[in-house]
Amino acid sequence: MKRRTLLLASAVALMPAAVFAADLTVGFSQIGSESGWRAAETSVAKLEAEKRGITLKFADAQQKQENQIKAIRSFIAQGVDGIFIAPVVATGWDEVLEEAKDADIPVLLLDRKVDASDDLYLTSVTSDTVYEGKVAGEWLAEAVGGAECNIVELQGTTGSSPAIDRKNGFEQGIAGSDNLKIVRSQTGDFTRSQGKVVMESFLKAEGGENICALYAHNDDMAVGAIQAIKEAGLKPGEDILVVAIDAVPDAHLAIANGEMNATIELTPNMAGPAYDALEKYLADGTMPPKWIQTESRLFTASDDNNAIYEEKKQLGY
Amino acid sequence: MPGPNSSVLKRILPQLVILGVVLLLNFIVFPDFFRIEFKNGRLFGSLIDVLNRGAPTALLCVGMTLVIATKGIDLSVGAVMAIAGATAASLVVEGHGWFTALLGALAVGGLCGLWNGVLVAVIRIQPIVATLVLMVAGRGIAQLITEGTILTFNNEGLVRLGAGTVAGIPTPIVIWVALGALATFVIRRTALGLLIEAIGVNETSSRLTGINSRVILICVYVMSGLCAALAGVIVAADIKGADANNAGLWLELDAILAVVIGGNSLLGGRFSIVASLLGALIIQSVNSVILLSGMPPEFNLVIKALLILAILVIQSPKIGHLVYMFRAASGGRNIASPTRPAASPLVPNKDK
Repeated sequence: MKRRTLLLASAVALMPAAVFAADLTVGFSQIGSESGWRAAETSVAKLEAEKRGITLKFADAQQKQENQIKAIRSFIAQGVDGIFIAPVVATGWDEVLEEAKDADIPVLLLDRKVDASDDLYLTSVTSDTVYEGKVAGEWLAEAVGGAECNIVELQGTTGSSPAIDRKNGFEQGIAGSDNLKIVRSQTGDFTRSQGKVVMESFLKAEGGENICALYAHNDDMAVGAIQAIKEAGLKPGEDILVVAIDAVPDAHLAIANGEMNATIELTPNMAGPAYDALEKYLADGTMPPKWIQTESRLFTASDDNNAIYEEKKQLGY
Repeated sequence: MPGPNSSVLKRILPQLVILGVVLLLNFIVFPDFFRIEFKNGRLFGSLIDVLNRGAPTALLCVGMTLVIATKGIDLSVGAVMAIAGATAASLVVEGHGWFTALLGALAVGGLCGLWNGVLVAVIRIQPIVATLVLMVAGRGIAQLITEGTILTFNNEGLVRLGAGTVAGIPTPIVIWVALGALATFVIRRTALGLLIEAIGVNETSSRLTGINSRVILICVYVMSGLCAALAGVIVAADIKGADANNAGLWLELDAILAVVIGGNSLLGGRFSIVASLLGALIIQSVNSVILLSGMPPEFNLVIKALLILAILVIQSPKIGHLVYMFRAASGGRNIASPTRPAASPLVPNKDK
């Protein structure tokens, strides 16, 4: 807690220097708090605002688009300097975005995109989910080297765009190496318990000793699958390599314990780059690119995973 | 009415046959299906997985059978699972023992059941609406308990309930078999089963004969809540974490389906817990076929729907009648009575 007070104190001390930024007010319409990642995205948005002396008005839409539209209208009425939206669905935004445009308030999309003409928003800050999968595939290809390797894949919810993208990306990542083969691929619905159930069936259907690596579309499924591997009497991380995406705290813990090998971060810091773009735009009209790609960082055993775990736990994952 | 063993067998024969067929399907897509090894201190094999993974649905359908027998329905069980799992997890995270956590979860489950029971039996709201309240609100309550995160724990006692073994058998199997046997015993060796059936057939007349239908109705919903709580604790213990968003999601529908596949009428009346449990195993075996077949996941729901549809069509009395007609027409003189299925899910099965 001491560190937080210190942080606050230093933020206060820096205030005069950033006096023009202190005038900024940003409205943020968040989808809700359906996952730990989303809770972390919200806390990072608040921390980053505090750091920059920006006043953040936060609205939780509880998974409903009409709540988001209501929140955006009230932000427009309050005359904020910028609006951040993490859109719950892709369609149906044109009207309210027009209203924001008429009021000359720049809109920035966080984490997801919308189906609307791109002159209706300033920019969108998202990660490249295909690229995430590709990083995972390339990491595995390098880790295995030339050895034969049968991979089992735990897909996300069937038909969801991250599941499709992360699957394609991974296939691109291992495309060059003929020794890597995906032998089974089934959905684990992005949940721990399904990840465990499906991994159990993989272990039986293929035989645990014939599986060399597991690729999961998110960490939660990997964490569930790790338990299934342990219950089958095998060592996750050694007998079966485990690579997944998201870098949630429990994945860092698993890597620190040697039960998982790599995870690619879906950063919760979507707001940081958005604040930067907004501040620049308001200061001298610099137009940011229409798409700001966040960093997809690879974490392995060579990082200090225990420290990262503690740090991320603070964010409300 | 409890009958001699032969009539029980006749009652569950269709379910046994269907289960056999689905298990055979498993064997066809995966020839090692029936192989059971002893590995790492536990029984290990696909058949064990079916019994183990069927545990949550099996537990839910014990309570659900009783509720449906009273002509009710409990849509809230999935959400109650999430609440109970979250309660157990937060109790062990606060440093309590696993037994306290289990009791706490059961208490919360019982309370949820009491809420449903009072809405149905005292305030007289239709069961589907009354339990919808908790189905929608319950997940929110669970999220409040876990504060929106997956609450992980490492309490060995609690983990053993979901991922441990008793004499090599995974604990969830032991729990659901024991609970199913206990419930069947209590209900069939006392008049309780008859009273529940009476309420399901005609509540007014059962009340006029002196049955305290209000208390019994409340009791079956409490029982359903308790079963859901137990299922919720097992699911949380299995993954060492309470996932308020996903624990028990849509499982109420699987439980209702298990009861229907078990040949119990949704209009109340005669019921068989054993048949419902077989229904739960049938559903899990269908899931197992899908997982072992290695088909792309896009086909999962289609395959499941087709198999379930086939099962329900085979069970329908119309088809049973057609089979009888066909056999009679082809000169089967030794057919003494119509080979109607022992019970049909589609037609009220009122006692004469």
